[in-house]
Amino acid sequence: MAVPTTAPRPAPPARPVASTGRRRSRAWARVPFYAVLLALSVAFFAPILWMISTSFKTAGDATALPPQWIPPTWSTEGYQTLLTDPQVPVLRWLANSLLAGVGHTLLVLLTAALAAYALARMNFRGKNLAFALIVSTLFVPGFVFLMPNYLIVDALDWLDSVWALIVPSAASAFGVFFLRQFFLSLPRELEEAALLDGANRWQIFRRVVVPLSLAPLSTLAVLSFLASWNDFLWPLYVLFNPENLTLPAGLATLRNAYGTDFPAVMAGAVLASLPVLVIYAVAQRYIIAGVSRSGLKG
Amino acid sequence: MTTAELASPAVRENQGPERTTPRTRSARHGSRYAPYLFLAPFMLIFGVFVLAPAAYGIWISLHNWDFFLPSRPWVGLGNYIELFDPTALVAVQFWESMRATGLFVLFSVPFLVVIPLGLALMLNRTFPGRTFFRAVYFAPYVLGVSVIGVLWQYLLNANAGLINYHLAQLGIAEAIPWLTATPWVWVTLVGVTVWWTLGFNAVVYLAGLQGIDSTLYEAARMDGAGKRHEFWHVTLPGLRPVLLFVVTITILASANVFGQAYLLTGGAPSNETRTAIMYIAQTGFEQFRIGKASAMSYILALLLIGVSTLNFLLFRRQERN
Repeated sequence: MAVPTTAPRPAPPARPVASTGRRRSRAWARVPFYAVLLALSVAFFAPILWMISTSFKTAGDATALPPQWIPPTWSTEGYQTLLTDPQVPVLRWLANSLLAGVGHTLLVLLTAALAAYALARMNFRGKNLAFALIVSTLFVPGFVFLMPNYLIVDALDWLDSVWALIVPSAASAFGVFFLRQFFLSLPRELEEAALLDGANRWQIFRRVVVPLSLAPLSTLAVLSFLASWNDFLWPLYVLFNPENLTLPAGLATLRNAYGTDFPAVMAGAVLASLPVLVIYAVAQRYIIAGVSRSGLKG
Repeated sequence: MTTAELASPAVRENQGPERTTPRTRSARHGSRYAPYLFLAPFMLIFGVFVLAPAAYGIWISLHNWDFFLPSRPWVGLGNYIELFDPTALVAVQFWESMRATGLFVLFSVPFLVVIPLGLALMLNRTFPGRTFFRAVYFAPYVLGVSVIGVLWQYLLNANAGLINYHLAQLGIAEAIPWLTATPWVWVTLVGVTVWWTLGFNAVVYLAGLQGIDSTLYEAARMDGAGKRHEFWHVTLPGLRPVLLFVVTITILASANVFGQAYLLTGGAPSNETRTAIMYIAQTGFEQFRIGKASAMSYILALLLIGVSTLNFLLFRRQERN
């Protein structure tokens, strides 16, 4: 595990003097290094490819031995099964997941950005208390809110509805922290100039701060959408009607309904992962940036 | 940060109302309410879904709170006491689930702390394709636990699974019961989780590694330090805060394990891999004994806060030495 990191390097301490011989031996030393990297890549990516490949097989081919990486006969049987069975309304699940994800993301962006701006740039009575309250929840594990929030959501009549997925999770402190940190790093001069020009706080926020913060806002948007899209436990228990499920909760149903019809189950899994894999391919930079920054504050 | 805030115009505006002219007073008046208006939307949601439930949860845990019963009698600490009564079935099952979660934390955290560090050290070198490899290792993390669950349930299927097929090719003829028997269920849960979340920790480490002052490495090299020496005396001390962060969030994440066990093993064999969150969810959301489930979640939360604090103090002491 940790071994390959030291192994490919020559044992004697590297001195600044580099002869051609040493350079050549270093190039050779790269071979095991790349071999390890490639082997790991296969281990990380092969299961995902297998999922996609299986979703295009016939049920028979999916369990055939030896396993075929490329479907012997390309088939959309799995997808057709899903799309025609009223017991598993996957298109509804897809729509529900999208609605919940987009709604949640917009709510997080709006509320977190406003709050973060107030906490970063304004001075007011109760600021420290508000900040301390938000900080302290970072240390409380999320599951303690499960039972009471279930009852609160029930009291609001939001059980079995998309509101239960959009609103409660938007109370997370992460977005506020993440954006506050960025706002603090912005130069004050632009905002001060706008203030002297007679702009009020809202105008400064809209016209100066938000345009300067598109990168962190995008990062937060992508992370929020992913978190909402992939959430499993909460939708599993607050949604009941098959029509109202999200894709992750639906997958659990699907698995029970289609146990060993692997192409159908994998087709469901592909539908549930395709949007996030596309977002990842496009916005990889933002996701990695967000995760990187989460560690630096620790 | 604080000095910058003190110098902010907002503060200066709020100083001494008697010195302000009518024009600035109206501006000041606007800015007096502005912060609260900015904060209000978040605080509303935060109040209803974080602050209120934090208190409400304790209140619930002090009652015999059944979702479908009209009366929810006050039982004081009864729910908690029952969870520590070794003769009560619910206590036996609760601690059995706590054991499952504890074992999962114990088995998974070392791998999730060490392997990503190795990976980050590899990726911290400059070589062509570096960003590509980083993206590949991180990829499983963007998939949800439901996808991971159904995918690995298929891959680890004892008869039709790819894993057992390849093991058979390697000469292991007996079909390994990855999802149904100990110790394989643990290998499965830990292995799948490591595969799934390793990239996250690696990226966090990588950011930490890039934050280490490169002159420290140059100085070490000047002193003739080898790679190993460099690792122990420059890299590791430089990573200390990041290491604390990774260890803490990994313990918390592993203690939250639910989806993997729910989908892959379903708690099997018997209730060996039924984790604490799984049992809490079953008690609360399937049997609707919400008071009892709340009490369980507070016990688990207190334990976790204790572990995090201990962890923090340990790192602190190390730092002082």
